[in-house]
Amino acid sequence: MDLNPGPEYIKFRKEVKSFLSKNNHMSSRVSDSAYTADKESNWQEKLIKNGYAARTIPKEYGGFGAEPDVLKSRIIAEEFTESQTPLGMANQGISMLVPTLLELGTEEQKKSWIEKTIKGEIIWCQGYSEPGSGSDLASLQTKGVDDGDDFIVNGQKIWTSTAQFADMMFCLVRTEPDAPKHKGISYILIDMKTPGIDVRPLMTMTGHAEFNEVFFTDVRVPKSNIVGKRGEGWFVANATLTHERGMLGDPNQATTRLNEIIDIMNNETINGEKLMDNPVHLDHLMRLQARVMSMSYNSLRSLTASHKGLDVKMAKLIVKLNGCQLNHDLAGFAIDLLGELGTIYGLSNHDHDSGKWQWRYMFDLGLIIGGGTAQIQKNIISEIGLGMPREPKPMLEEKK
Amino acid sequence: MEFALSEEQEILSESVSKMIESVCDVDIIRNHSSGDKELRNILKNQFVEMGLTGLLIPEEYGGSGLGVLEASLVAEQIGKYVAPVLWVANSVMVPISLSDKGSSELAEKWLPQIAKGEISACIAINEVIGAREDSGLKISKGKISGTSIFALDGEHDPRIIVTAIDNNLYLVDAKEEDIEISEIPTIDSTRPVSEVIFNSCKADEISGGKEIIDKVIDSGRVILAADMLGTSDSMLKKAVEYSLERKQFNRVIGSFQAVKHMCAEMAAELEPCRSLVWYSAYAQDSIPEESRLAACHAKAHLSEVSHNIARIATQVHGGMGFTDLLGLHYWFKRIGLARQILGGPERVRKEAAKIQGFGVLI
Repeated sequence: MDLNPGPEYIKFRKEVKSFLSKNNHMSSRVSDSAYTADKESNWQEKLIKNGYAARTIPKEYGGFGAEPDVLKSRIIAEEFTESQTPLGMANQGISMLVPTLLELGTEEQKKSWIEKTIKGEIIWCQGYSEPGSGSDLASLQTKGVDDGDDFIVNGQKIWTSTAQFADMMFCLVRTEPDAPKHKGISYILIDMKTPGIDVRPLMTMTGHAEFNEVFFTDVRVPKSNIVGKRGEGWFVANATLTHERGMLGDPNQATTRLNEIIDIMNNETINGEKLMDNPVHLDHLMRLQARVMSMSYNSLRSLTASHKGLDVKMAKLIVKLNGCQLNHDLAGFAIDLLGELGTIYGLSNHDHDSGKWQWRYMFDLGLIIGGGTAQIQKNIISEIGLGMPREPKPMLEEKK
Repeated sequence: MEFALSEEQEILSESVSKMIESVCDVDIIRNHSSGDKELRNILKNQFVEMGLTGLLIPEEYGGSGLGVLEASLVAEQIGKYVAPVLWVANSVMVPISLSDKGSSELAEKWLPQIAKGEISACIAINEVIGAREDSGLKISKGKISGTSIFALDGEHDPRIIVTAIDNNLYLVDAKEEDIEISEIPTIDSTRPVSEVIFNSCKADEISGGKEIIDKVIDSGRVILAADMLGTSDSMLKKAVEYSLERKQFNRVIGSFQAVKHMCAEMAAELEPCRSLVWYSAYAQDSIPEESRLAACHAKAHLSEVSHNIARIATQVHGGMGFTDLLGLHYWFKRIGLARQILGGPERVRKEAAKIQGFGVLI
């Protein structure tokens, strides 16, 4: 144990700080009034050039080309958060497709897609889940029928965030109808402008459409758009799902929320009593603080393990389950602190939080379900982490 | 930055584990609990032989000069086997109580004897953590009178007793002064606690005031948290093992999702606790500004998580978990006691809030 950063990292942090103080006036975020798409892509390009975005993507594909160093990545994230500067673009193309292409794509696919994706010139969406295939994703039914150089795709995807402005989709399609379910799927890149694709917004309990449904009717996709081999899409997709699980349940978000809650408790009063002076609330706050600390240190432990090649399987397996539940519990606590005012969800003079905690409380319930439900996570933890028996396959499938 | 144990720390942990395992199993624990105290002596001698009694004692006084982090790794192993052995007071809290520069004379006199295992030392400070009406100490003209309850490591006829009154620590030589020590029967036979009666005992004031009292309590809380980590980790492992042996409806019960999810929930709660315990122990040694808060959170959070695991792991064992045949209840009870001593979770969380200046707390 040594929580002091080494001299190399102290120096690196200084470099990041100095970059930020010189440049953060040029940054851009969608919520800013001065936002323009040009400004955002200039900022992204600047970040890549300096190694603060696409850091480990090889130079030949438009990245910065640094060796992976989880500690440096963390320092970048911390300093950008501290100075409230928007980090580089984050989307499913950058976080999931690019690592997959680097691992399994052909040279031509890497050349065609990676640079444009990390620069934000191409926006991607992910076509995995279907109405009938959620936890049992491998049962998916969207089919691609072999037709010369193309597949003809028919079916429906759901939970497709950003589909409404995506240029491309990385999609799982059943191309081998006679193969066993895990071996009949291909991972295909689909141009969203192809005729026959219909994107419909999916309204959720939050009152917003954070997701879409995507319908395919006789959509023609060239076979050269397959990543990996035909029928090996399940294996290719699992390479990216590991990247997604790492993103959900990030303890930094919990730390930020806890600090926001402390502000609420210091500023709000009920019957003239500061919320912070209510011992019941305080006890609740302390319980949550201990959970947030545990998850932050758990992430430091994983970080060191990745850095040194140590095995801390369980510490990683629990992050999605615990992190999403913790974020949800924090939102629920914030609402309870605000009481009746915490239910305001729209324009009102009495609103204290723009309804953000209610939105989080609802959206986070979605995150507990999405990205592998809590129950699926518990299966994974018990099977992979504790070595308990795998779920038995239903009889029907065995016969197939 | 490195959030991991060193190779030496891993080796320490493994060798302590092997040693305890070689002398301590559930039948021996059961015998101990029915009155055969041989195990206590065996363990005490083994700890002396391995030099563990001096783990935290500075090298100049014959110890190894290691830190609370190493002590917490030992505590985890003790908890894993529910071993009735002196640790939290004798080898951690007492050496820390004499760590202030002003205490060098007392340290020089007593610490070498503790390191060698020639004497044992007891901590009797329950009254400054949670004063009760039926106990309490007074000091007048340098002499202490009264009763302290739930004193720790008092079972081997301790030579010195460190106690606290108001904002000071005191050391009493039990051989020279009129002290009565008796064991208080609790649910947990594996961690003896004592009542100590002081009959007008001459006491040496220990240097360091309130600050040193806090340090002693914080380190004790971290050690108890580490002990609970070991105890509950062991309960979880036993539950998983049992579920893979026990068959009902022609299947091992561990193949039922209801049972798998109970185990997954325990694992998900427990895993981050290891990092919290490491951090809080490391903070005692190296991050003074975080040490108090981290100790409070480690003690309170481990109490909550272990409490759950004690219940759920017992349930996974079904009827057998409830019997004395498996002896799982020794683990259950060790958690039950550790949760309450040196401050139960609510009291400790209140301190955690106060340390951060939250609320108008008394």
